[in-house]
Parts: sequence; structure tokens; C-alpha cells
Amino acid sequence: MIAEIGHFCLIAALFTAIAQCMIPLYGAANNKSDFMSFGDYAARVQFYLLIACFTALTYSFLSSDFSVKLAASHSHSLKPLIYKISGVWGNHEGSILLWMVMLGLYGFLFSVFSKRLPPVLRARTLAIQGLLGVGFISFILFTSNPFERIFPAPIDGNGLNPLLQDPGLAIHPPLLYMGYVGYSLAFSMAVAALISGKIDRDWARALKPWSLLSWSFLTLGIAMGSLWAYYELGWGGWWMWDPVENVSFMPWLIGTALLHSILVMERKQNLAHWTVLLAITAFSLSLVGTFVVRSGVLVSVHAFAVDPERGVYILALLLLSTGGALGLYALRSKTLVRRAEFDRLSREGGLVLNNLLLATATATVFLGTFYPLIMDAFTGDKISVGAPYFDLTFAPIMSVLIVFMGAAPLLKWQGDSLKTLKRFAIISLIGAVIIITFAAMFGNSVLGGLGLTLAAYLAYGAIKAFLKRRPIGQLARPAKYNLYAFFTAHLGMAVLTAGAVIMSVWADDTIGRIKPNETLNVAGYSFTLNSIKTGQNQNYGFRRGEVSVKKRGKLVDTLQTEQRFYPVRDMITTEAGFHFAPFSTVFAALGEGNPEDGYIVRANYHPAVTWIWLGALLMALAGFLSLLGLRTPSHKEVASS
Amino acid sequence: MRGLIPLIVFGVIAIALAIGLTNDPRRMEDMLIDQPFPEFSLPTLYEPETQHSKSDIQNQVSLINVFGSWCVTCIVEHPVLMNIAETETVRLIGHNWRDERDKAITWLARQGNPYDSIIFDPDSTLAISLGVTAAPETFITDKQGRIRYKHSGDITEKDWETVLKPLIESLQAE
Repeated sequence: MIAEIGHFCLIAALFTAIAQCMIPLYGAANNKSDFMSFGDYAARVQFYLLIACFTALTYSFLSSDFSVKLAASHSHSLKPLIYKISGVWGNHEGSILLWMVMLGLYGFLFSVFSKRLPPVLRARTLAIQGLLGVGFISFILFTSNPFERIFPAPIDGNGLNPLLQDPGLAIHPPLLYMGYVGYSLAFSMAVAALISGKIDRDWARALKPWSLLSWSFLTLGIAMGSLWAYYELGWGGWWMWDPVENVSFMPWLIGTALLHSILVMERKQNLAHWTVLLAITAFSLSLVGTFVVRSGVLVSVHAFAVDPERGVYILALLLLSTGGALGLYALRSKTLVRRAEFDRLSREGGLVLNNLLLATATATVFLGTFYPLIMDAFTGDKISVGAPYFDLTFAPIMSVLIVFMGAAPLLKWQGDSLKTLKRFAIISLIGAVIIITFAAMFGNSVLGGLGLTLAAYLAYGAIKAFLKRRPIGQLARPAKYNLYAFFTAHLGMAVLTAGAVIMSVWADDTIGRIKPNETLNVAGYSFTLNSIKTGQNQNYGFRRGEVSVKKRGKLVDTLQTEQRFYPVRDMITTEAGFHFAPFSTVFAALGEGNPEDGYIVRANYHPAVTWIWLGALLMALAGFLSLLGLRTPSHKEVASS
Repeated sequence: MRGLIPLIVFGVIAIALAIGLTNDPRRMEDMLIDQPFPEFSLPTLYEPETQHSKSDIQNQVSLINVFGSWCVTCIVEHPVLMNIAETETVRLIGHNWRDERDKAITWLARQGNPYDSIIFDPDSTLAISLGVTAAPETFITDKQGRIRYKHSGDITEKDWETVLKPLIESLQAE
């Protein structure tokens, strides 16, 4: 019964979304305020219906109602509570429903928090958001209905894929979707503005909080995904340039460009074309991502639910939404303000460069991800693009980006002279020589030195730009949130860069077959296998090794590492034992073995790997800080610098 | 005119995606079928000094399986390969792709090693000439060393029983 209520709510949400799309559009075209404000009610009702629908599905999982096909294939009565809940979105149908709830949530939030915007813009934005809702709800209903029943119901479910049974993965999709579905609102606002033909400073200001919110969540989501891949997939890396990783990274890169181009629009009424296109592109890339994961056009380590029929549907959605938006853009392009004249050596000049570089970086990732597909489609050649391509193309572009990121914030708006940068450049060069020499001498790596130099240079640039606007004597006085946000974000990027460089240059590991009380040595650490125990847990059996890690005779940590066997899925997973520390993460992973020959143990030393996620966390924090600044505008602080 | 550029770029991408959609990644790849297995010279996984080359796959029907320790689907496929190794007479060659030597060795130690020998291909040298797009993928070559079949994605018990095993048997009879 509960599942049928959920199903009914989904159908009701579809009709609400249709109304949310048509009535406000009519109102905006004919200037009828009652019709326009209908969008508000519809957006809220649609959201409530979707929440009811999601609750109904969650209930089916929690109550182990295996007559619901989805619960039967992805849940199990013996599963711990948290995985019964995360099982709801650990599959295609449920995750699309979660996607939909997020889409509804953004419509709801917009209807609540954008009261001060011009009614026509609001009405049209909500209408376009409703149109996206129509597309997605019908996608769920027609190709991926989560409420389908089976008869007879199985006695127990299939269980969730053990790889997905992890707290990190339980919260990863909601965070990620909060991010990339959020760009739907940027998209809707862009289309709404294109319909009106009015794209100005006020529009950019209205767009800002939503871009910030999406971007911050997307940053958190990607960082969480990388952390999960690091400790659960067990390959000891943090980024793999896998298609599924790439498709969430591309909206992030474009979203970053969007945030910076909004800054220019806010100040200078410039870059209207760019901003609109970036807003459309960010969401389109989110859709492409959904398309890739759901359609099976690219085979990936994480792709699941391969189904060409769903692919056709998402492709149609993509054609209608992006194609429609870009068509509208082509019609309006002439009438939009195009004011391209500005001094190249200025803050906005730097921001434009930043935009171009981020767009190029995105294109590089896009090409690397889709090149095999494109080649196959047009020439029939089958080729593969791997990590070496990305290392060769992406890293240099990001290095150039960092060079500009360090210097541009020091420049003034409008125009500046190279003199401003003279001292900064000299100190940076001296610092570079010192760091590279040290890295070459003690770390045996010039490339590592170069990478660290870039990170240090970026941090120095951020600190200098911060102090320029807030001299040391006045540090205690509160500054604008924007300034803190800028500082935190750029510092985060520096920390992340340093972590990535140190990790890729100086990580070390070793592998060996050892018996209890024997030791492996790596990077000055000794890993001793203390004991091996076997046992049984709620839904898996395990063999657990206890490994004590010492450095110069002093105990660092005692790690527990397990091999788990999941009988429901007939799968073995490895749980590595980690010791996360600020400068050096060590971990041990237990492999096959027996008491006679010993056990395979892998000992890893990963310096500064935590900095990667710390950096990402700082960036996300910066986004939220900036949002806080928007909620509480401080009138005392007039534009500094 | 400039306003049309984004639409045109998008159009090209959309066409590519649409064509991509018609290519079922699990479909047999006709391109490679009946072509000779590409020439290569790569070390084996366990002995870096020993080289593997095309001559090693001739004279006998072989099943060449692309795998990597980073590949989740490979874990799912692995028990099937273990069964094939135990019960059947086909020569199983592993093609360890985009991997690190010690990671692959641990992975095999943990999952079991069904292969008669393993080609170590960290830089995709062979993978590129084979047109490998993802792991796992499986090729079947005949006694002349020609590729007769390609299977993308994991081999299930059903795939083995209904497609691969009959094919191998007929190739062995050739």
C-alpha cells in the first residue's frame, strides 16, 4: 500500500510540474501576476509530493518489503540500518528519484529565498525548473519506476553491493547531487533571462547564491568520492581519471569558471555572454554525466544499470534542454550587451584568463573522456585514453592557471601596471629557486620541487592579496565575508596542490608474505603483523590482521585490516587499516594467506594525502562563507581596494 | 552568427553521443574479427625479464582476458575465470592493463590466479592496438593467432556456457 501511495505521489508530482511550467510562463508573457505567482505554490507542492514519494520508497526498504522489486534486488533484511537507507539510492531507480528530490528542493528553496527578484524572472525561472521536473519525473515513471512490484515476493533480498556498504558512500550521492543538480537552477535562471533578453548585474547577483551553493556541495561530494575511492576501492590512489569521476569534475570546473565570471558581471556588467553560456554548460555537463552513467556508452569502474533505452531518454532530455537553451541563446545573442573592452592587465583581465583556462581544462577532460566514443562514432576506430593523457594535458593547463591565480588577485579592477607585481614576482622567483633546490637535493625530484613551488606561490599570492585589503594592523577588525572566502578558497587550492604533488612524487609502498611477528619496512616505518583472527559479523565473515606500525622504534598506531567475505553476493572485499596523520598517512592491507606460508600484507606510506581532502574542504568552506556574506550584507564595508 | 557557435558545437557532441548510444558496448566488435592478433613485445607480470610476444598465442586456441587490480567488475568476473581454469582446456592468458606490478600480484594472490601466463601492459601499448576501452574485456584467438571473438564487460557463467565455450570447442576442432 505504501509503495502505491509513493507511486501516486510521483504521478501527482508530474502533473504539478506540468502546471508549474505552463501557468507561470503564460502569466509572464501576459503580465498577469496571479498566474506568475502560481509557480511558487506549484514548486512547493511538487517538492512535498516528491518527499512523500521518497519517504514511501525508504519505508519499503526499512520494512524489508520485498514485494517491491527494487527493495528485493538491493536490500536485505539482515543489513545494518544505515545501509538499508543508503540502499534506497545505491541503485539506478532510487538514485534518479533522489536526483529528482534535489531538483524539487532547489525549486522549493528558490521559491522561498528569492522574494526580492523581479516577478517575471522568478516566474520564468520556476517555470523552466518545472519543465526540467516534467522531463525527469516522466523519465522515472516511464523507464525507471522504483515502485514496481514483484509477485511472488522473494523471502529475502539480494543485498546491497558490498562495495557500496560504506558510510562514505551512503552520504556521497546526496552531496554530489546537491551539487550537480543545483546547476539546474543556474540553467533555469539563464533560460529565464534569455527569454526576457535582460541579462545584467542584478541577474548575476541573483544567480550568485545558487551557483555558490551548488559549487560548495559539488566540491564536498567530489572530495568525499575521492576519499571513498581511496580507502574502499583499495587501489591506494585518490583520483583515477575514470569516466564517472570526470563527469562530475567537468561541472565543477565550469562551475568554478561561472563563479568567477559572476564576480566580473557583478562589478563590471561585463561577460554576460560567458556567464549565460557557463550557466547552461554547467547543467548540461551534469546531464551528460547522468547520461554517461546510466546509458552504458562508456564502460567505467563505477557505471551501473547499463541500459540503452534509458540512454535514449536522457539524450532526448539533453537535446531538448541544452539544445533549446543554446538555440534561444543564438536568437538573443545580438541583443545581449557585449562590452569586451577592458585593460588586459587588471583584475577582470585575470578573471577572464581564469575563465578561458578553466574552459580549456574542461575541454581537455571532455576530450579525454569522450574521445574514444567520438572516434568510434565518426571513424569506427577504437582507441583508449588513459591517465597518461590527462597527466600530460591537464597538469600543464592547471599549472598555468595557478600562475595567474597567484598574481591576478593582486591587480586592481579597471587597470594596473606591472610594477604592482614586481616585488611579488621577485620574491616568488627566489622562493622557487630555494624550494626546487631543496626538493632536488633531498627529495630527488625536480618535478616535485616545481609542483611544491606552484603551491607555495599560490599560498603566498593569496596571503599577500588578503593583507593588501586587510593590513596586519587591522586584522582584528572583521572584513567582508567575500575576502575571507577568497582567501580560504585560494589557500585550499594551494593545500590541495601541495598534497597532490607530494603524494604523487614521494609515496612509497611494499608488499610481502609474512607470518605473525614478522615485519615489513617502508619509508622508515616498520609494519609488524601481530596476529590473525577469524570471525563472523552480521552480514559477512572476516579474517582480521592486527598490524603495529613503528617509526624509529616508537609505536605510531596499531592497525586493523580485514578481508571480508559477503555470502549473499559471493564477494570478497578488503578493508585496509588506516592511520591518517597530518603529514604522513600509513596503511596496511591484508591479502590471501595461511598459517604455514604466511599472509600477503601490503604496507603503504602516503605523505600529505590528507592535504588533498583538507584543501577541497577549505574550498567548500569558502563557498559557504561567501554564502553567509550574501545572507548578511554588511553595509559598513563598502567595496575595498 | 557568433551566437550559433555554441549550438553547433553542442550539435556535433550530441550526434556523437547518439551514435555512441547505438553502439552497444557489449556487442561483438566486428572490426577486429578475423584480424591477426597485433604484434607486441611486453614483459610477463611475474618475471620482468621474460618477454611475451605474439608467437606465444599461436598454435593453440587462447582466451586473452584484460584485467586490472583497479577494476571492480574484474572481481565479479574472477570466479568465472577460476572455474574455466579448473575445468577447461583452453589456454588462459591474462592481459594486465594500466596496473602496477605489485598491485596486480597482490590482487591475484588474494583472488586466485587462473591464468597460464600474464602480459604486463602498464602503458597500454598492447591495449591501444587491441582497442581496449575498459576492463574486463576478453578476446578469443584461433590456432593461427587470429582474433575470432571479442567480449566486452564481464563474462558470466551463462556467457561462458552459451557463447564462449562452444566457440572455443569449434575453434579447437578447426
